[in-house]
Amino acid sequence: MILMVAEQSNGVLSKSAYELAQAARQLQGELPNFGEVTALVLGSGVAAAASAAALLADQVLVADMPALGQYDAEVWASAVAQIAGEGEAQVVLIAGSRSGREYSPRVAVKLDAPLLEDVIRLQCESFGEGAGVVLRAEHYTFLSRVTERIETQAPAVVVTVKPGSFVAAAAGTTPAEQLDVDLQLPQKRLKVTGSIQEKTGRIGLTEADVVVSGGRGVGTQEAFAELVEGLADQLGAPVGATRAVVDAGWRPYAEQVGQTGKTVQPKLYVAVGISGAVQHLSGMNKSQCIVALNKDADAPIFKITDYGIVGDVKEIVPALIAELRK
Amino acid sequence: MRIITLVRQVLDAEESVRVRGGAVDLEGSKLVMDTMDEYGVEEALRLREAASGETPVEVVALAVGPERAEESLRTALAMGADRGVHVVTNELLDAIALSAVVAQVARGEGADLIFCGGQQADWDSQALGAATAERLQWPQATWTSQLERKGSTLVGKHEVDEGSETFEVQWPAVVTTQQGLNEPRYPTLPNIMKSKKKEIRKQPLEAFGIAPRLKVLGSEIQVKERKRKILDGKDASAAAAQLVKMLREEAGVVA
Ligand SMILES: Cc1cc2nc3c(=O)[nH]c(=O)nc-3n(C[C@H](O)[C@H](O)[C@H](O)COP(=O)(O)OP(=O)(O)OC[C@H]3O[C@@H](n4cnc5c(N)ncnc54)[C@H](O)[C@@H]3O)c2cc1C
Ligand SMILES: Nc1ncnc2c1ncn2[C@@H]1O[C@H](COP(=O)(O)O)[C@@H](O)[C@H]1O
Repeated sequence: MILMVAEQSNGVLSKSAYELAQAARQLQGELPNFGEVTALVLGSGVAAAASAAALLADQVLVADMPALGQYDAEVWASAVAQIAGEGEAQVVLIAGSRSGREYSPRVAVKLDAPLLEDVIRLQCESFGEGAGVVLRAEHYTFLSRVTERIETQAPAVVVTVKPGSFVAAAAGTTPAEQLDVDLQLPQKRLKVTGSIQEKTGRIGLTEADVVVSGGRGVGTQEAFAELVEGLADQLGAPVGATRAVVDAGWRPYAEQVGQTGKTVQPKLYVAVGISGAVQHLSGMNKSQCIVALNKDADAPIFKITDYGIVGDVKEIVPALIAELRK
Repeated sequence: MRIITLVRQVLDAEESVRVRGGAVDLEGSKLVMDTMDEYGVEEALRLREAASGETPVEVVALAVGPERAEESLRTALAMGADRGVHVVTNELLDAIALSAVVAQVARGEGADLIFCGGQQADWDSQALGAATAERLQWPQATWTSQLERKGSTLVGKHEVDEGSETFEVQWPAVVTTQQGLNEPRYPTLPNIMKSKKKEIRKQPLEAFGIAPRLKVLGSEIQVKERKRKILDGKDASAAAAQLVKMLREEAGVVA
């Protein structure tokens, strides 16, 4: 059995579930009789998400319980490991979201399984009784500068999948069977006392074709709103920011691009007043076309730039907006 | 209270990576303590300082890696850690295998709290903290950007899928760090001198009975050829016009 944990948010199936389904179908195709693809939906009030998942998998297991109303690493790991153990899953696919990457190591330890983290490619080499499954994968290392090929062999393997690395699977037309499951869940030990919404008013940073990001070079919060948001509006793009900008409180953390923020891979990435620290590049260096605007010709960002202008963003950006309006 | 703070020796962020013979070659490159681990060492030292008067806190820095990893342990000791433990190996251990070593050391030391980097800058892994917590059956707080101890409770803030949360957790626990947790101190000269006398206990990996769970087949640096057409922006409108023209006609990324 290939188990995929279908993430949902507020009852809506996440994009990552479609990407996992694609990875699962591919694995299934590589080896006949690899078993069915089972989707697991965890949460409270998740009927709609479960129905959507039923169009992606061969079978859907639904744990709809009040205790699953809020994500918790220990609870999620326990739930997934129980299902994987009982169903003798050979592969457990988990989204490479922040939470997925947080609880997946616990699942691996519980199952005594190896963990392939944040994979961008996945291939099943062989599977035999006793020998377990041989999986090969690729993932990025050294702040996304190196692509590493890894292999593991075990009766069960836990895999997290980097968001955006697999195309979203198309939903089928005949819904698969849904089964309710009962789980023994542990007590939560990390008590959440408050939730700070650092959501951006702008959506779709990780999915957009064009991203306009600003750095400290933009100068002030007001200038950021005028220049970076102005250019983003002109290009119909969401806004990204560097850590320096988030730390300064100009922009919410949800917009941060980089090692400790989001990873984006748009067709066009525009970096406005960004120096190009390796931790920032790690979140955007796979973009198809990179444009940089910086007054310092030696700024590291220019090393990975396709088109750039050396100049003051206070002059360049308004000129660009005017030119794009033409 | 005993705190273990993990330190890894990684490539300095300013250095470029080289691959030779299908593997990352660190020979001759500047290696430093992972920045994420600096936050952990600093936070442990702050907890020790805040606890003066109450139960004393001991800060133990732990490294698992080749002989050279001792340099990072020395840095941690120079920052103020009390002593070091070095599990020596040239083996490349993945996070799941490594967590078994860390958990064994933590048990042996009777540790109450472990700090671990939110992400390791060499293998971009986020798994070590959680895997260690699972082995010890401890709770964990990941991507922690604020932390304070109130008796047997740790009160803090950490980053989640969207936004952040404030939390409370009883220790023993594993805490993984995030940029912003603190401003790591620089080792002062007197502390560097003092650190030379501090103990680093060496243990071979063989004593732990651990084998890697992953095999690295190869590594490569995928350089995406960049056009690097950089215009002079002294005349802002002329440069803007030329840029937009190229984006439209050459790159085809703007309508
Ligand atoms: C563990 C760790 C994790 C991190 N994670 C992230 C992350 O996820 N994302 C991230 O972004 N950073 C991250 N950082 C921080 C990173 O190292 C840099 O500090 C940060 O990216 C710098 O942001 P910046 O480019 O906005 O600012 P700066 O480095 O200060 O660059 C500003 C740039 O603007 C230019 N400039 C100034 N004025 C003008 C003007 N008028 N016109 C044009 N150009 C101008 C300057 O020439 C300069 O190049 C992390 C750091 C650490 C240690
Ligand atoms: N699981 C791993 N996969 C790939 N590289 C690794 C792994 N573990 C360690 N390394 C590499 O080995 C080097 C030495 O490890 P360390 O001294 O422990 O930091 C690191 O800088 C990494 O480049």
